[in-house]
Amino acid sequence: MTSGAAASGPSCLRDNAWLCWKYVETRQDRLVEATTEHVVITLTAVGLGILVAVPLALLARRYRRTETLVLGASTALYTIPSLALFSLLLPYLGLTTTTVVIGLALYSLTILVRNLLAGLAGVPSDVKEAAHGMGYGSGRLLVKVEIPLALPTIMAGIRVATVSTVALTTVGAIVGFGGLGNLLNESIRTRFKPEILTASVICVLLAVSLDLLLLGAQKLLTPWTRGRAA
Amino acid sequence: MDEGTGGVNSVSGAVDWFADPANWEGPNGVPTRMSEHLLLTGTSLVIAIMIAIPLASWLGHIGRGGVLAVNLTNVGRAVPTFAVLALLGVAIGSAVLGPYGRAGLPTLIALVLFALPPLVTNTYVGVREVDRDLVEAARGMGMSGWEIFRRLELPLALPLVLTGIRLALVQVWATATIAALVAGPGLGRIIVSGFAFQDQSEVLAGALLVGVMALVLELAMGYVQRRSDPLRAVRRVTRPVTPRAVEM
Repeated sequence: MTSGAAASGPSCLRDNAWLCWKYVETRQDRLVEATTEHVVITLTAVGLGILVAVPLALLARRYRRTETLVLGASTALYTIPSLALFSLLLPYLGLTTTTVVIGLALYSLTILVRNLLAGLAGVPSDVKEAAHGMGYGSGRLLVKVEIPLALPTIMAGIRVATVSTVALTTVGAIVGFGGLGNLLNESIRTRFKPEILTASVICVLLAVSLDLLLLGAQKLLTPWTRGRAA
Repeated sequence: MDEGTGGVNSVSGAVDWFADPANWEGPNGVPTRMSEHLLLTGTSLVIAIMIAIPLASWLGHIGRGGVLAVNLTNVGRAVPTFAVLALLGVAIGSAVLGPYGRAGLPTLIALVLFALPPLVTNTYVGVREVDRDLVEAARGMGMSGWEIFRRLELPLALPLVLTGIRLALVQVWATATIAALVAGPGLGRIIVSGFAFQDQSEVLAGALLVGVMALVLELAMGYVQRRSDPLRAVRRVTRPVTPRAVEM
């Protein structure tokens, strides 16, 4: 099939060349559709992860015993390979996006809870005491003092979770919902090289751009850390 | 495949699957798949350790290349294992490689690549973070660079190096499972074949094998790690309550 022709022009599709711009042009719809599914799955999973991680972290911080349990359980979950985790959820959730989203949310939970706890523990105790002295209740203390000060660590966790979720979403192809992973899965069978390379590159670009976006958001949310060299 | 038939049916189906002697023999049997998986994991971990640990500890010792060593983990996180397996699988082909099974070579290369980042980063940081006062004191006592590395930096870096090995092991085990999606060998094949034949019991049985073995390996590594910490008596007293944050 590969006759070693130039990697451009209409012939690169016929020659099954790795680099083929013609492929990107002619399969735009397919690429956009897969990328959109990928982004939606990633963001839903991380969003769900955050929603569950916050109460879990607060609970773990409150009761020492739950901390060991929460950390132990989430570390154990993280050890289970994604392909196995999706398959374990299958009998309960079926061949649906939910299987992939829940699986990925469980993975992100490990990183998110860990960084939430570390961030909150890093808030200096004299700052908390000062806030107490000023009449802050524990709810206001959390929202106005602790979370803002823990934000750099929390955001670092969200960034790591997002980047790894983008990569892991591809494995969702096993249940038919893997975003760009679906393209990989299909083109492995047909050995369609331009699709494999293009989908892989988009995946990495997606991870990098989401990471940069979150970094930007972090800079905006914590203006006081600016100027302090990283 | 039935959707949402309830977990209980599938669990009993998986138990039946394990009880069927046919699933324990031949090239698709559990023993063959398990040995492929363990062999792949072990081989690639050893190769990656032989590349990463000397290189990263040397970089840590001379204090160079830190940006690269630390960021390698971030790069590794952003690159999907499935994509690399697909790229290598199609580029190299899926010929049988001895006991490693079908697509053995591309799978091994992918596994080594994904084992490197945690090993390099943790070893580098481990050696680099050794108290500089201790290094100065050792130098004052007349230790050579090699002696400082061998007798001071390496033992003190050991806990972090072992953390790196543990993370690499988890990563390699997971990647070896995904290799099945690319016609590769290992226990993932049981899951993939279950999907192909719409046999939910087989899917679940494969997933249980992979998951339980992952936990067993993780626990075993955790044990080794705790046993080999040179400061474990000290740490037991001053053990930090909260976990370390995952850093970018």
